[in-house]
Amino acid sequence: MVIGVIVMLECIPRKAIDHTVGKINPAKTCQPLGAMYAALGINRCLPHSHGSQGCCAYHRMALTRHFREQVLASSSSFTEGASVFGGAANLKTSIKNIFEIYNPDIIAVHTTCLSETIGDDLSTIIKQSEVPEGKVVIHANTPSYQGSHITGFSNMCRGIVSYLAESDGTQKKNRVNIIPGFVNPGDVREIRRIVEEMGVESVIFPDTSGVLDAPLTSRYEQYPDGGSRVEDIRDSGNSKLTLSLGSFASDAAASLLQEKCGVPGIPLKLPIGLKATDALIMALKEAFGVAVPRSLEIERGQVIDTLIDTHHHYQGRTVAVFGDPDTVIALTEFLLTMGMVPKYIITGTPGSLFEKQIWEMLAEVGLTDCRVKADADLLDLQLWIRESPVDLLIGTTHGKYIARAEDIPLVRVGFPIFDRAVHPLMPIVGYRGCLRLIEQISNTLLERRDRDSTDEDFELVL
Amino acid sequence: MENTCSVEPKAFINERQGSIIASGKSRANIHCADDSLAGSVSQRACVYCGARVVLNPVTDAVHLVHGPIGCATYTWDIRGSLSSGSEMYRKSFSTDMKERDVIFGGERKLAVCIDEIVMKYHPPAIFVYSTCVAGMIGDDIVAVCKLASEKHGTEVIPVESTGFSSGNKIVGYRAAADALLRLITPKDGVDVKKTKKLNFLGEYNLGGEKWLIEGYLQEMGVGINVAFTGDSSVAALKQAPGASLNLVQCTGSMHWLAMRLEEEFGIPSMSVNFFGAENTAESLRRIARFYDDEEIIRRTEILIEREMGRILPGIRWYKEKLVGKRAAIYVGGAFKAVAIIRQLRELGMEIVLTGTQTGKPEEYENLSNLLDEGTIIIDDANPAEIEKFLIEQKVDVMAGGVKERVLATKLGVGFVDHNHDRKECLAGFDGAINFAREVYITTCTPVWGHIRSPFNMEAADGSHDE
Repeated sequence: MVIGVIVMLECIPRKAIDHTVGKINPAKTCQPLGAMYAALGINRCLPHSHGSQGCCAYHRMALTRHFREQVLASSSSFTEGASVFGGAANLKTSIKNIFEIYNPDIIAVHTTCLSETIGDDLSTIIKQSEVPEGKVVIHANTPSYQGSHITGFSNMCRGIVSYLAESDGTQKKNRVNIIPGFVNPGDVREIRRIVEEMGVESVIFPDTSGVLDAPLTSRYEQYPDGGSRVEDIRDSGNSKLTLSLGSFASDAAASLLQEKCGVPGIPLKLPIGLKATDALIMALKEAFGVAVPRSLEIERGQVIDTLIDTHHHYQGRTVAVFGDPDTVIALTEFLLTMGMVPKYIITGTPGSLFEKQIWEMLAEVGLTDCRVKADADLLDLQLWIRESPVDLLIGTTHGKYIARAEDIPLVRVGFPIFDRAVHPLMPIVGYRGCLRLIEQISNTLLERRDRDSTDEDFELVL
Repeated sequence: MENTCSVEPKAFINERQGSIIASGKSRANIHCADDSLAGSVSQRACVYCGARVVLNPVTDAVHLVHGPIGCATYTWDIRGSLSSGSEMYRKSFSTDMKERDVIFGGERKLAVCIDEIVMKYHPPAIFVYSTCVAGMIGDDIVAVCKLASEKHGTEVIPVESTGFSSGNKIVGYRAAADALLRLITPKDGVDVKKTKKLNFLGEYNLGGEKWLIEGYLQEMGVGINVAFTGDSSVAALKQAPGASLNLVQCTGSMHWLAMRLEEEFGIPSMSVNFFGAENTAESLRRIARFYDDEEIIRRTEILIEREMGRILPGIRWYKEKLVGKRAAIYVGGAFKAVAIIRQLRELGMEIVLTGTQTGKPEEYENLSNLLDEGTIIIDDANPAEIEKFLIEQKVDVMAGGVKERVLATKLGVGFVDHNHDRKECLAGFDGAINFAREVYITTCTPVWGHIRSPFNMEAADGSHDE
């Protein structure tokens, strides 16, 4: 054990040397993965990767490792020929084969760096393809060399709206569209529960619940009974309001819904933490004139009660947070509510909006001695921690090397988490999500305290 | 427990009919060299993936991926190979190609990346992997690597693994072998001393398997020169030409390299297989015979007798629980498939379905001869096919990789991970017991008994055969 730690210590440069290009230990992955995940949130949809088959295998593997669920997706299986002559023939053949063999209701095609570089025009190819009656093929451009998997998720959400959402021009229905962002299926279930508790009718897309948290029944369902239904997404153009949760993942689709179907949108944070959950509930209350039920009041009160019961475990402790931008922004807000000091905050996804939003929140509570960076990698974070450590690390599985080398406890939040299970079913959004985060954070710090305490200080009651 | 198919196994896509055969029934060759069909849900990966899995266990090298970020992220710590020294290989390096690199070329960025990495880490070698886009835009990574090598006086080795050049990992294995040859071929004036030691090709030290086998060999009086590539270092690999024998374990990834080592350095090779107790004993005996040394042979027999005696009661215990259970195998290469077939048979199980992603025609011929008549053999299977045969064949347990796990378990079929990302040591005598335990816990977990809910018994018609 000790040897391992020493070796890992040696694996980071002893002194700061320029790290100007490339990434060392990335905190992001490429667009197509996000597009595939968004597509899985449509009922009876087969995501299709238009590129070489390695990409598709990787995305399926990464999603399977995180969700521990079967992820079906097909590939255009490019070889040298397609790369020279273009991939139109491959895509047309793919569409024909997929409907014949896998019989989905909808195919959601995303591009890859290869097909983008070749310059395949997907709109045209899809128009020229044979699509059986009642079936749909949609697409999103997801060049891997721009943005991150979150950009890809956003682009596919936009593609879903662009192909499917329609307004019939009549009066809008008293219903809300919710674009929940790149969250776990357990989170989508929790968001839906809150909206139902509020008594508001909703269309949620993409909705990966029921698809990537499907039960084991000893039957294999190629298309588990989950995801947003195509006809519901079509009808989203007739809703009264769209709430887009998380600006990086969801705002683009909401803007297009406004532009295309005249559905006004309200951009909100992901409802992680007290304030962001309050904001979601207030938005529903104001837009639909509904009362907040007592059940949600009780849940909120329980969060406050728990925060007070536990605040001495974590208040004032420093924390480094990394992950996807929408998650990290909302999480940082909650850490500030908890009285913690988010000292280092990074995301792998590029975008100055991230840094701006985080700095605004930090300024509000008078924190200036923090470091914030978008388009960062985990080497950046580790070098900062090496310079001046923190009490806690919050992020994905990829943080475990830092946790070990720097001997800092890690709370696993976000995507991907490959080395723990059950998390995709346990929400971190809403008031219930607050309780889970508080439990994880304070327990992790207390475990650490128990581990480090001397015999004299080892207490039964903490 | 009928083990034969009443009809020829049917593929769902007509073009795939040639990729599925029933053992002993059809003399037609399986179409394993075909590219995957566009639009099918293939489990195959890419050339880069093949190259990376072979080279990744070189522990003190930097593995720099020249492409957009995904290629590096998805292969970060791709194998469960363990290291006794450097942990450099567990870091993920990418040039993170952006749009402007695709438009204007990424060679300069690659060169700067290499410069910064050399300054930061002073690695003994950097493997630079080419990816789809790097190949597409025509970045000359060979030239960039050559310049960087000269500039820094360190090994900067191009791995020509552009993903689209084939949908088959074997091409990637070849690219990795080329890179390894480039690394180990002695430079002018360098003399590598010949020793009695052996190289161990196709051993990736998953779950510490190399260490286990090394222990056996040491007890016999034989030393490992270097393993390709499990727990290897750049310096140790450079001593590879000094070995007097090459053991070849994973034929898919190392066959070609073994041939080249024989041509270039006159090192004979011997196929070995350390999966399963019988295979292990047989392989150790063959190694001992190669050295033709009474003392080595004597020690080998003592070792085998002791280890067999040690594990036999355990194997017997598991066999009692598993006898007659029906097994399916779907793994990367035929070598692994053969090894698993033998091991499952040692446990008294029946093999009813076998498939691989990258098997070669002669390997399928070999598989077909090994299996009972009627056992289904598939090449590059898609999930729909796997599902169909798992149900039809009433399979109890499946051995495969991460992508097949959930497919099997959702059907109520147990699952054993036997791929390059597994964590469990499955080689040697200890591995035989570990494997038996893995098969047992997944086949006989009490959870299978609770799948059907008690609420609506009449409606339930699960496919899991109790």
